[in-house]
Amino acid sequence: MKHSVVTQETRVVRWLLIAATLLILGLFLLLPLVAVFIEALRQGWQVFWAALHEDAARSAVGLTIAMAALAVPLNALFGLAAAWAVTKFRFRGRALLITLIDLPFAVSPVVAGVVWILLFSSHGWFGAFLAKHDIAIIFAWPGIMLATLFVTFPFVARELIPLMESQGTDQEEAAVTLGANGWQIFWRVTLPNIKWGLLYGVLLCNARAMGEFGAVSVVSGHIRGETNTLPLHIEVLYNEYQFSAAFACATLLAMLALLTLGLKSAIEHFSGHSGRGH
Amino acid sequence: MSISIQSIHKSFGSYLALDDVSLEVPQGSLTALLGPSGSGKTTLLRIVAGLDFADEGRGKILFHGENVADVPAGERQVGFVFQHYALFRHMTVAENVAFGLNVMPRHRRPSAAEIDERVKELLHLVRLDGLDRRRPHELSGGQRQRVALARALAIRPKVLLLDEPFGALDAQVRKDLRRWLRVFHDQIGLTTLFVTHDQEEALELADQVVVMRQARVEQVGPPQEIFDHPRTPFVYEFLGNVNKIPHANGEVRYVRPHEMEITFAAEYDAARDVLADVTHLFSAGPVASLSLRLGDGSLVEAEISRKQLEELALSVGDRVAVRWP
Ligand SMILES: Nc1ncnc2c1ncn2[C@@H]1O[C@H](COP(=O)(O)OP(=O)(O)OP(=O)(O)O)[C@@H](O)[C@H]1O
Ligand SMILES: [Mg+2]
Repeated sequence: MKHSVVTQETRVVRWLLIAATLLILGLFLLLPLVAVFIEALRQGWQVFWAALHEDAARSAVGLTIAMAALAVPLNALFGLAAAWAVTKFRFRGRALLITLIDLPFAVSPVVAGVVWILLFSSHGWFGAFLAKHDIAIIFAWPGIMLATLFVTFPFVARELIPLMESQGTDQEEAAVTLGANGWQIFWRVTLPNIKWGLLYGVLLCNARAMGEFGAVSVVSGHIRGETNTLPLHIEVLYNEYQFSAAFACATLLAMLALLTLGLKSAIEHFSGHSGRGH
Repeated sequence: MSISIQSIHKSFGSYLALDDVSLEVPQGSLTALLGPSGSGKTTLLRIVAGLDFADEGRGKILFHGENVADVPAGERQVGFVFQHYALFRHMTVAENVAFGLNVMPRHRRPSAAEIDERVKELLHLVRLDGLDRRRPHELSGGQRQRVALARALAIRPKVLLLDEPFGALDAQVRKDLRRWLRVFHDQIGLTTLFVTHDQEEALELADQVVVMRQARVEQVGPPQEIFDHPRTPFVYEFLGNVNKIPHANGEVRYVRPHEMEITFAAEYDAARDVLADVTHLFSAGPVASLSLRLGDGSLVEAEISRKQLEELALSVGDRVAVRWP
């Protein structure tokens, strides 16, 4: 009898916990998401549509995609190289390097932006040099690019390091004794073994690259139609009290988030299968 | 192809993992590197394969008389089988075996049909016919081991290096594979160097046994010689099952259990024998083994045939006369 009372009690507790979790999730995550769509459509489809097709919005979307298209492959490469170096070789300063990879996570994005200003703005360290050669970095896309690169750097590396660490170098060494060259080893052995981890890292890297606000905001200069990325454009609209337009553009980011989550669970599903038995 | 290892040193930082190691592996032989954990066996094997490098300027390694110091691992034509198989887990068994052929430069690479044929032959050789479409995680330990072997053999290596090939397998599979490897070796006659820390395995399988201890080679010789004439106490003990019997003059005698002779206490001859009590008797195997307590209280092990045990009609508590060579 006592036994069943205990299980009944734990069952009640369990349901309470689940209910509380769902409530919190709903309140803090789902509700805002739904609110974004409701606000966006408050003044009807036409306003929604117009907000997305306005020149400044198009340019912001274009810039955002372009920045991600540059930053994500670059950081996928950097991340791969860093993870490779850190896991397949033992060298002095290796621990320091692993810590440095995490730096962008540890530092506030605003600081990341300010550092680029310090280096490249007209009053910055290299300002005179850049001005002489007519190169614009700050308040132009190269600055946005640098800021995006900086804040998204750790995603791929962080995903790959533990994975490659756990796989060790056995398979690569086997490939070496079988006569494979470095290139073949990478494409035929290393990459297939880490492809899901890499994809996962790329996905998160992309989400951040498109959604980054702080660092980009510092270096962009908010030039409408030129240096505004989508998050910046939304902020500008909001500050101008164009709520519906702001939320219309925000739906794009919200959908990006949903897409990312969907792909993320798809990757988890497939990688779970391919890794079976190990 | 013969391998000649000449006074190789290897240090990891300040730790000396190989200390002046020299060794001849004759053409076509099956040589066992035997030693306790940490004695440097894997390190030596990896250096021979070119996966690791000996300390510079000290010693050299010759393959068939030629120094391989500058030959990269991929060109040494060694088949290396790793202790934990190191199979490519995203590839099928057939793809694993074909790997070494598929990565050959185009002018040397066999045609796809030839590669298929070769893979089939190799899988037949290691008795894995029909498993070519499986992935490594769908195989048993022994099967994985044989895939690793087939993969190493695919490139027609000149020497075969096996790092504890049966290390991760259970006793029965170990024994089977061991016999199989011996037959297999005699069939293909490939110079083979294999690592083990199991003395029984080394003695049963090898033409030549190399006993290693703490970064050094302790003794080299045919199994019989190593077993019968261990050069140092370490080798004596490492080869297993030996009685250390202290003598009055402070010397220690090493006597193997089967060398102990047992007779009735009534036949005790003070000049050669000592008296002992039987404290334990185990006769479930092909030979009977006895634990004996000597006059000074020390315990020794003896092995006698089942037949002799019946003749002596021994039981625990009996007193016997023991002698040894
Ligand atoms: N990469 C390395 N860095 C530092 N020390 C190493 C390295 N590889 C091996 N050692 C050391 O060298 C010694 C010999 O190692 P090795 O792997 O050759 O031993 P082993 O005889 O193969 O042992 P086991 O039977 O346990 O496999 C060990 O003390 C080990 O700690
Ligand atoms: Mg080892």
